[in-house]
Formats: sequence, C-alpha cells, structure tokens
Amino acid sequence: MPWFIKSRTKRDSQRKQADEIWIKCQKCSSHIFKQDFIDNHNVCTKCGWHGKITAYERIEMILDKGTFNEFNKKIRPSDPLKFVDGKGPYIDKVEKARNQTGLNEAVVTGAGKINGIPAVVAVMDFRFLGGSLGSGTGEKILQGSAYACSRRLPYIVFSASGGARMHEGILSLMQMAKTCAGIARMNERRLPYISVLTDPTTGGVSASYAMVGDINIAEPGALIGFAGRRVIEQTIKQELPDNFQTSEFLLEHGFLDMIVERSRMKDMLSSILSYYNR
Amino acid sequence: MKREFDFEQPIADIEKALEKLKNLADRNEKDINGQIEALQRKLEESKTEVYGNLTPLQTVQVVRHPQRPVLDDYIDLVFSDFIELHGDRCFGDDRAIIGGFARIDREKVMLIGHARGHTVEENVERNFGMARPDGYRKALRLMRLAEKFNIPIVTFIDTMGAYPGLDAEERGQAEAIARNITEMARIEVPILSLVTGEGGSGGALGIGVGDAVLMLSNSIYSVISPEGCASILWRDASYSAQAAEAMKITAKSLLELGVIDEIIPEPPGGAHADYVNTAGAMTPIILKYIKKLAPLSPPKLIARRFDKYAAMGKFNK
Repeated sequence: MPWFIKSRTKRDSQRKQADEIWIKCQKCSSHIFKQDFIDNHNVCTKCGWHGKITAYERIEMILDKGTFNEFNKKIRPSDPLKFVDGKGPYIDKVEKARNQTGLNEAVVTGAGKINGIPAVVAVMDFRFLGGSLGSGTGEKILQGSAYACSRRLPYIVFSASGGARMHEGILSLMQMAKTCAGIARMNERRLPYISVLTDPTTGGVSASYAMVGDINIAEPGALIGFAGRRVIEQTIKQELPDNFQTSEFLLEHGFLDMIVERSRMKDMLSSILSYYNR
Repeated sequence: MKREFDFEQPIADIEKALEKLKNLADRNEKDINGQIEALQRKLEESKTEVYGNLTPLQTVQVVRHPQRPVLDDYIDLVFSDFIELHGDRCFGDDRAIIGGFARIDREKVMLIGHARGHTVEENVERNFGMARPDGYRKALRLMRLAEKFNIPIVTFIDTMGAYPGLDAEERGQAEAIARNITEMARIEVPILSLVTGEGGSGGALGIGVGDAVLMLSNSIYSVISPEGCASILWRDASYSAQAAEAMKITAKSLLELGVIDEIIPEPPGGAHADYVNTAGAMTPIILKYIKKLAPLSPPKLIARRFDKYAAMGKFNK
C-alpha cells in the first residue's frame, strides 16, 4: 500500500475517534464533549443551543418514570398514491426511516404523568421523514385528542416538523383539517391543549395544530414559520431580519406565551397544568 | 382564432378549416353549409376530446389561463345582490380574500373567496389572490357572522397559496390559517367549498374545510405547487410534470381519493372560453348542496363534518 493512502486512513480513523468524543455546536461552533451534550439532553453546554432530540428521549424527560402508556404503536404509512419521486419510491423511504429510527411514524403518542399530573402527549420525531405530517401521523394525533376527550385529560403536543408530507399528496393536506378537528372538539369540551413548538415547526404543521394551543410554548431558538425563508426572500426581494421565524421573533409578535429551556420544560408544564381543575 | 396551448393544435386546425369554409360561404359558394355544420360538430368533438384527456400538467396550464373566470365574474354570473363586507377588525382589509352577503337563486348565503384579477393592475390590487393573515381573519369573522344570520357559507377557492411575505409572517400567517381550520370544524351553519382555480395548499384549506367540497373539472388542489414539489423532491423545478402527475392534483384524482364530493364539468374548451356556461353548470350544483345540507341541525352538521375529516387519510396498522 502506498504511503499516502496509509497515512490518510490513519488520519480518518483518528478523526472518527475524535468525532466519537467531541461534538461541534451548530450555533457557537464550540467543541464540547459529546457525552456532556448527551447528558444535557442535546443542549450545548457553552451557549445553550437546543439540538434536536428523539421522541422517546423527550418522553423520558417529560413524563414520570414508568408512567408512559403508548397508543397506536403499529400505525405506519401506507402509500396511497404509489408515489415515486426523483430518488425513488416513497415506500422505500418509509422502510429506510423505520429501520433507521425504530419508529413506525413521525409521532409517538400516549398517556402518562407529569410530576404526578395525568396528561396525554404526542411527541413528533424529526428523524422520521423530517417529522412530516402524513396520514398515519395525523391519525395518531387525532386519536390522542380523542383519548384526552374521553378521559377529560389535558393534551400536550410537541411539534418538530418540516410540514405536510408531499408523498401523500392532498391526503397529507387533509391531515391539517383532521388534527384541528380533534383540537376543536377539545375546545368544545373545555379541555386544555398545550402546544410545544420545537426546532423546526414549519409549513402545514405550524399552520394547523401547532399554532392553536391554548398555551403555545417554544424551545429557545427554534425555527417556526409558515413559508420557507428562501421563498419569502424571492417574493419580497428584501433581506430578512436575523431573528426571522425564530421562537424569539414569534414571542415578540404575540404568537407564543413563553420560551422555555428544555431543562425547565417538565416543571413548567406541570406548573401550568396544576392550575387546571379537572 | 388564436389558441394558447400546444395541446390545442387539433382544435386550432379545425378552427382554421372552418374559417376558410366560412369565407367561401360568404362568397356565395353553394353546398357548403352542410360541410360547415359537419366541421362545427367535429370542432366540438375535438374540444371535448382534448379537454377530456388533459395531463395533470396541461390542467395546471389551463387553470392558470389569465382569462379563467375569477370570483368577480362568478359574483356577476352566479350570484345577485352581493353586499361586500370589509375588514378583519384587527389590522386591515385584505383584497385577496373578499366576502359578503349574496343570493343565489332564492337562497341567501355568506359568500367568501379568494379574489384574483384578469389584468396586471387587478392582480396587483388583489395580490394575485394570495391572502395575508388579515384575509383569513376577515374570512373567519364573516363565517361567525353567517352563524348569527343563520345562513350557509359558500367559499370559492382560487389561490396559488397564502402570501409568503415578511409582513404575513409577522402577523401570523400560520396562526391565521390554523385558527380558521380549527374553527371551521365547529361552525354551526353549512359550509360549501368550491375549488374554481388553483387550490394552493394551506392557503386554500384556510377557507376550505367544508361539509361538501366541489371542484371545477379543470381546477387543481394540492399540498404544494408542482414546481415546489419538484424543486424539493427532484431537486429541480423543471420536473414539475412528474410532480404534478405523482401528487394526484386533478379533480378526478381527488374525487377518487374521497377528498371532494363532486366535479362541476366545465364546458368543452375550458372555463376561460365560456363563462356563461361555466356559471350555468355551477349554479344548480351549488343549490343542490345548499338544499341537501339545510335540514341538518347544528349538532348533526358538526358531528358529520368531524367524522368526514377524521376519516381522511390512508395508513397501515
């Protein structure tokens, strides 16, 4: 083997080792210990940047240990349009996402307790097809609200989504109406609904259940908005403010009740729910 | 007669031949009237043939024809006594969604719809039918008003999408649409929605949660524009034909998917070529649904609407 290949292999393996130990913050670019980052629930220990976390990690953080009872675990996408795009069939992407994440859909739903207070939760997972809202996702979110109605429980939905799932065409758009019909029914029965918006919450998810919480809470620095930044720039041909479509921007414009750090989220949710006389 | 679309060539050829024959007829040539009649029949057949077999992308071309009828045309041709009501009581009066009281035959309705224009000036005033949050909030205000007056709501959907701008985001485009979709689930009077042009994603659904949803035969309704879908999933907007095909955006596909209730047939040659007959086809169908929904009590209506949207979508379990 020539010397130059040998040395590159060595450097690669060194880098790989380094990647296993260190992680670079996407915001402040600091190198932080990966284990510290993980222990801090994917929040940068230097600047407080909130990275994405999986649905089950979040459930573990929010719900009391051993209280989570998962619903509709088997609901998974079908391929109603037999959709094929430039990179292949939708169904292949679904299988890949299922294998990589161990999830069947972009949301995990169930009931549990938050510091002793019972609630229904739906937690989206961005790793599953970008957290996109498909028919199965919509069904699970609707079923969550139906369970909340039947037991008169509060409902908390954690969003993390690029928007509607184009591969399911118009049926994905209809999930916006479907999930919101569930929220409307909760409103009719005077049951509290808290929406927690995490990075990112955009498109069809922001324009449906994520934005109509009785209380809207966001994690710091999350991207939240309707239209894509590039589309807007092309439309108005102007530069957009630096904090455009961030949690802070939305708080300033009156669309959020508060911004809450991940580490304080569980206690804030239980404090709010403690005001609810069931 | 000039034809704009490539796929209309067979129609244009017949029209040209017909023109020639008519010129001959003008010069008192005999035995030509029979030929003219035959050719006219062929022309109608050709229009039916061409417009009956449009590809999804050709349908997109037709639906974007600048002379396709807009809400103002339907207000003149389908409705009477329109009393426009302005403003969202929060910020302003969006000209891209308009609404007010109107009569169709003897039925009284609250008419709300996306407004576009035919000329550049009209379209600038209407922002090309792309509404801001103020438009959606005005629409919801008028729906609440319809509840008070106890009259059904008829919405006309014709938008490329909600306006993607800085001011729209600042004033909560997502919230405005989300609020409408949520509140429309509980509106206590019948809602009838018609897609007359482009049904562009959330911007369409924001006034489109109906007890019955109808589409004109050449209209489209989709989660994202074919260009937008192509640029994301094919990484190249020039694949819009493939995207249009894959997303199933035509009225026929939506009927098959159970998302809409009925297709309103446009005259051969498309709505842009014949306003009067387009309106003529639309009126009885609107009346039919108004009469069908009228006897339902508010709880029945809301339960029915909930069940309809709860059943939307296909998944495995």
